[in-house]
Amino acid sequence: MSTTQAGMTQTGTATSLLRFATAGSVDDGKSTLVGRLLHDSKSVLADQLEAVEHASRRRGQEAPDLALLTDGLRAEREQGITIDVAYRYFATARRRFILADTPGHVQYTRNMVTGASTAELAVVLVDARNGVVEQTRRHAAVAALLRVPHVVLAVNKMDLVGYAEPVFAAIAEEFTAYAASLGVKDVVAVPISALAGDNVVEPSAAMDWYGGPTLLEHLETVPVGTDPSAEPARFPVQYVIRPQSEEFHDYRGYAGQLASGVLRVGDAVTVLPSGHTTTVAAIDALGESTELAWAPQSVTVRLADDIDISRGDLIAAGPLPVPTKDVRATVCHLNERPLHVGAKVLLKHTTRTVRALVKEISYRIDIDSLEQRSGAEGLSVNDIGHVVLRTAEPLALDDYTDNRRTGSFILIDPSDGTTLTAGMAGEAFDTVSTNGAPDAPEEEDWV
Amino acid sequence: MTVTTQRLFRAEDTPFALSHLDALEAESVHIFREVAGEFERPVILFSGGKDSIVMLHLALKAFAPAPVPFALLHVDTGHNFPEVLAYRDRAVAKHNLRLHVAAVQDYIDRGVLRERPDGLRNPLQTVPLLDGIESNKFDAVFGGGRRDEEKARAKERVFSLRDEFGAWDPRRQRPELWSLYNGRHAVGEHVRVFPLSNWTELDVWQYIEREGIELPEIYYAHHREVFKRDGMWLTAGEWGGPKENEPVETRLVRYRTVGDMSCTGAVDSDADTIEAVITEIAASRLTERGATRADDKMSEAAMEDRKREGYF
Repeated sequence: MSTTQAGMTQTGTATSLLRFATAGSVDDGKSTLVGRLLHDSKSVLADQLEAVEHASRRRGQEAPDLALLTDGLRAEREQGITIDVAYRYFATARRRFILADTPGHVQYTRNMVTGASTAELAVVLVDARNGVVEQTRRHAAVAALLRVPHVVLAVNKMDLVGYAEPVFAAIAEEFTAYAASLGVKDVVAVPISALAGDNVVEPSAAMDWYGGPTLLEHLETVPVGTDPSAEPARFPVQYVIRPQSEEFHDYRGYAGQLASGVLRVGDAVTVLPSGHTTTVAAIDALGESTELAWAPQSVTVRLADDIDISRGDLIAAGPLPVPTKDVRATVCHLNERPLHVGAKVLLKHTTRTVRALVKEISYRIDIDSLEQRSGAEGLSVNDIGHVVLRTAEPLALDDYTDNRRTGSFILIDPSDGTTLTAGMAGEAFDTVSTNGAPDAPEEEDWV
Repeated sequence: MTVTTQRLFRAEDTPFALSHLDALEAESVHIFREVAGEFERPVILFSGGKDSIVMLHLALKAFAPAPVPFALLHVDTGHNFPEVLAYRDRAVAKHNLRLHVAAVQDYIDRGVLRERPDGLRNPLQTVPLLDGIESNKFDAVFGGGRRDEEKARAKERVFSLRDEFGAWDPRRQRPELWSLYNGRHAVGEHVRVFPLSNWTELDVWQYIEREGIELPEIYYAHHREVFKRDGMWLTAGEWGGPKENEPVETRLVRYRTVGDMSCTGAVDSDADTIEAVITEIAASRLTERGATRADDKMSEAAMEDRKREGYF
């Protein structure tokens, strides 16, 4: 196969799609790593590379600085703004990739929560010279909180520690144990040098002691998605399709995207929150009739009985969530305006937006120590905490642990529409140490 | 070193496989339906270019067998390729759509806009676009922009809030998590929506092939009278070319992007079928912009400049 622009086979063979996020600061070499992935997978084209070479020369660097491929934040800093996530695209013969590239340091938690929310894999970067540091633990905690199924520890700058196996092994062991304690089920560690290109795309000649995949090989082969047949069907209704034409006089279809599971014609389903039951009469896959559909397909479902269903309802099968107006959730606060008890907000869950009241902020979670700090008066930007909300109408929420799509929501400021908070129904981690220590005063380590 | 996952799942090996095109299509359809469910008066920006044609195709599929519940808005620079205008009118008639046209020429005739010395009309499009949005009270405006097109666009949201002046305020951009799009806006504001955010140029072409979508013929190789300006092959036409020192020749070319005639260049190509186009793009060493916007080619400061000017 000849190498092509996107590395894709020339016939454009069908490939799967992997969404992943990178976590790490500039100091860890994240920009260089991302640049290396794009460059070595032949996703950087001649005119882009030419621009990087120009810019590098102007800065007095001899070799093209691959970090410049993703560098776009200086002007943002000049203007005092933060654009949270930049998305990058590349492909190999086996897979298409969507990379959520989150900047480090400033607004770190918020940015990584955003990037990780859609990711199926997170690459956590550490500097081999420093090993697992506070920020590394924070990255692991956010990946665990957002239930990112796969985590890769990229131990970078191996060239600066003489490509020494013991250095890598110690870091990998420490990190893997920590991630496992947070409930992360799949951790793979790869020793790399983003600068020299070791084990990013090409296997390293300097580390013959390492027998595992390169970072890209792992990205190409890691399982994508979950098994729809092992999950209960969840189908949030987005829109009711009623052509009201002569040909489709009685057509009434419920349009949506399967959040999880499989739906088959003939399946018994329940409509929530009303609780009405019926069966699936037909499934239209974007204009064509089909017998079954699975997550994350967008389809239109027709039901056997004439039930009053509209946008915001959930068509579900399998173990059902109990609709509730009392929502307990772990949240990450995203906005500069703090979230206080008593705040009246809007809550958007799947396709349903309802009014909600912040009844209680149960505790704040110290993302570094994972301790619960009770007595928090409010949540500030980047804070992670646990809240109790009361909604005006019942919601069919799954636990976020079981379903990232039907277990998540956002809080919105009704006055101007600002997205305030990201919410995940249920408890945060599999293991959380508790203590009753009062909340610490303002911390400065976010800036 | 590895904590093995409890239930290893390889979508590729099960009956529940989704190709990358399936996944992108499902996401885009979800976006169209969210807008239909949450906005009063959405509109699709339709130029007759391949991205807007793919958008329309996705919208048709999203609401089948009902008609698309949106109108189309074409910002007409007056420098159109005739093949593209003909395509637009065929599409409107075939799918029984409503078409709004905001014409730069009208604004020039009324004295609101003045023709630029260089004859370019791309920069003049903003006023008719915003007027068209305001006068029709459109609250959601679908655009065909893709994040792979440019560094600045890599940070654009799927739902992008615009104020009363149509401006993009970076401070008010909302974090977008999961697939929970926030379309809240005040009266007079609108939201730009980009259903193709996560598509690349190659995805678009592969999808066009898979779905058998018809395109304006100028996307495929054909003989054309062109002349060279700023390193680009431009088509002779009423819009102002060629000048005396710009000899016209007939070449085998195709268009990789389609926009205003005065600033969209053709590329030398013998790709006269969709398969040949995909092969050509997959092997190309230049980006879409690099290949067809030769004037844009990196000056010393282009990269820094783009960063400074661009949050759109």
